[in-house]
Amino acid sequence: MEQALSVEILVQTLLSGVLIGLVYALVAVGLTLIFGVMDIVNFAHGEFLMLGMYASFWGWALFRLDPVVTLPLTAVLLFAFGAAVYRLVIRRIIAAPMLSQIFTTFGLMILLRGAAQYLWKPDFRSVESTIVSGRVTLLGLPFGLPQVVAAAGAVLTTAGVWWFMRSTRTGAALEATAADKEAAALMGIDAQRMFAIAWGIGAACAGVAGALLATYFPVFPEVGANFILIAFVLVALGGFGSVIGALWAGILVGVVEVLGGFLVGPAYKLVLVLALYLVVVWLRPHGLMGRA
Amino acid sequence: MNRALVSLLALSLSLGSSTPAAAQEEIRIGVLYPLTGAAASTGLELKNAAELAAEIVNADMKDLPLPLAPGVGLPNLKNAKVKLVFADHQGNPQVGASEAERLITQEKVVAILGCYFSAVTATASQVAERQGVPFLNADSTSSTLTQRGFKWFFRTTPHDELFVHNFFAFLKDVAAKKKIQVKTLAVLNENTLWGVETAKLEEKLAGEQGYKLTEKILYPAKSTQLTSEVQRIKGASADVVMQSSYLGDAILAMKTYKDLGYTPAAILANDAGFNDSEFLKTLGKDGEYILSREVWALDLAAQKPLIKRVNDMLQERYKVNFNGNSARAFTGILTLADAINRAGSTKPEAIQKALRETNIPGDKLIMPWDGIQFDETGQNKLGAGIIVQVQQGKYVTVWPFKLASKDIVWPMPPWSKR
Repeated sequence: MEQALSVEILVQTLLSGVLIGLVYALVAVGLTLIFGVMDIVNFAHGEFLMLGMYASFWGWALFRLDPVVTLPLTAVLLFAFGAAVYRLVIRRIIAAPMLSQIFTTFGLMILLRGAAQYLWKPDFRSVESTIVSGRVTLLGLPFGLPQVVAAAGAVLTTAGVWWFMRSTRTGAALEATAADKEAAALMGIDAQRMFAIAWGIGAACAGVAGALLATYFPVFPEVGANFILIAFVLVALGGFGSVIGALWAGILVGVVEVLGGFLVGPAYKLVLVLALYLVVVWLRPHGLMGRA
Repeated sequence: MNRALVSLLALSLSLGSSTPAAAQEEIRIGVLYPLTGAAASTGLELKNAAELAAEIVNADMKDLPLPLAPGVGLPNLKNAKVKLVFADHQGNPQVGASEAERLITQEKVVAILGCYFSAVTATASQVAERQGVPFLNADSTSSTLTQRGFKWFFRTTPHDELFVHNFFAFLKDVAAKKKIQVKTLAVLNENTLWGVETAKLEEKLAGEQGYKLTEKILYPAKSTQLTSEVQRIKGASADVVMQSSYLGDAILAMKTYKDLGYTPAAILANDAGFNDSEFLKTLGKDGEYILSREVWALDLAAQKPLIKRVNDMLQERYKVNFNGNSARAFTGILTLADAINRAGSTKPEAIQKALRETNIPGDKLIMPWDGIQFDETGQNKLGAGIIVQVQQGKYVTVWPFKLASKDIVWPMPPWSKR
């Protein structure tokens, strides 16, 4: 191990953590948005990610279209899917007890997984080659190009969502609805429309993350489970409803997982992440950037 | 009332007398496999292979050097023919147990072959043990199955522990015949029961045989990244990385090796993800030179012409090639038929005794084994795995050296020189 502990390896490991952390952040942004606007925990969020990956996979398998090329389409598809899920399912349980809401989104998770298994078989599939395959050198260190592109795409998308919330009328309306549904309605904001948009954007974020991941990660019906636990940690860590909080939490968790796993031992990488989570929520119950 | 009694008596008589009469011409063997459910396609392959084995036993195939191929049926049982009674356990241990019960009590089979999944084999063989009926397992590799002290359970396939022993036999052979000295090993295994148990045994054997284990990593198979693992492995700079991974993590590990520019002299993989058809499809050229253990390979036919002949028969009937699973099911039926024939009886005790005395030489098998002889736990002690290497996009047999179809490439070339 002595020879391994060079500065180079530490920097490379640290940056690898940042890269995967940015993708975690994008998954969490969708989740935190839905929660922030309407206080519903979407357990099916990992399945939105899975659908985004399958959309990319099929685009490639059937039409030889690169996941990066079809990314905007994947985003639109997932937006429509998220909004439809809201209209058909979630709308009916807004006023229901929290337990019913949990069961509904949990049931949706099982339904989507089952449907994917039924329609596309439980096999692992992969996009075998993409325009971003290969390696790239950053700061004199080698990195996988797909990981770098995925991280860059995640940052751009997260920034886009943040800008949208900050600088557009619809974004402001979303924020207003999140702050006070009744007051927003009195101001003439159509809450139903806002909720549908929140679900659409939330699903689209997961879809974009899925498309970016599809360039190097295998696709299978349970793939969402790999990412969703970390996404939940980020939402709580960053502060419920906070886009920027999710971004910082993503970077932090990615670095703790990869660098901590390297230094302490890979068997403990998730233990470290969850320990960090416990410490933060103990010191700051509302998360790093959450509103009390 | 009288008439009813008479007819009942007649019925019981006819039932009683029909069983031995039927046994003269037909020996019923129960075959319990997943014929529906997620593993249905594997179940069908196993079923086809078993059918072919029964056909070879029943028909007169004079020049085929397999047990019971020459002559019709089982000669010691008045040329009685073997009849396979198939049952479906759907991959479910409970269904497996109840179907085993049904095969024994209602279908009156003299022995059972099954069940592919270790978990189902465990429950179904329990029923056979209780009923005192021989149970032959040809394809479940959990080591624990033969550690239960069962008297009616026999297993022809090598189990997981034997495969790990094979790795070390391979390393020894590489040193002796290829003059390649491996000194250091690193273990990278996923952290469920399989990976953990394998890692323990690898660590033990490495210590016993004088290899230095420079790193042992157990990682969660559902990892989203394996950077920390690969960095550690890289830092340990071992000659050989022994790896037990499922498909998703095997692919992710290979991509991470490449991204971080890491190549040991050899990656010795433990089947599973590395032998999945999706592995090479996804990685293409990046999967080259991986060494992995296998139970069987079609290119063994190069050294064993018998394999090609039997494979041609399977091709002709079902338009598929043999694979490790179907070849083992095929061998299972032949082993059972051989024992029943030597028993010269359908009595369970006689078959059990004959199974214990089984001695089929390796040249009468389509497997890369030295033969079939059971030890006191019911485990075939002459079984062995093979080691294949990915060369030009194909898995070719490179060890044991006498069965190899291609020479081993060692060390694997670094990424920068591919």
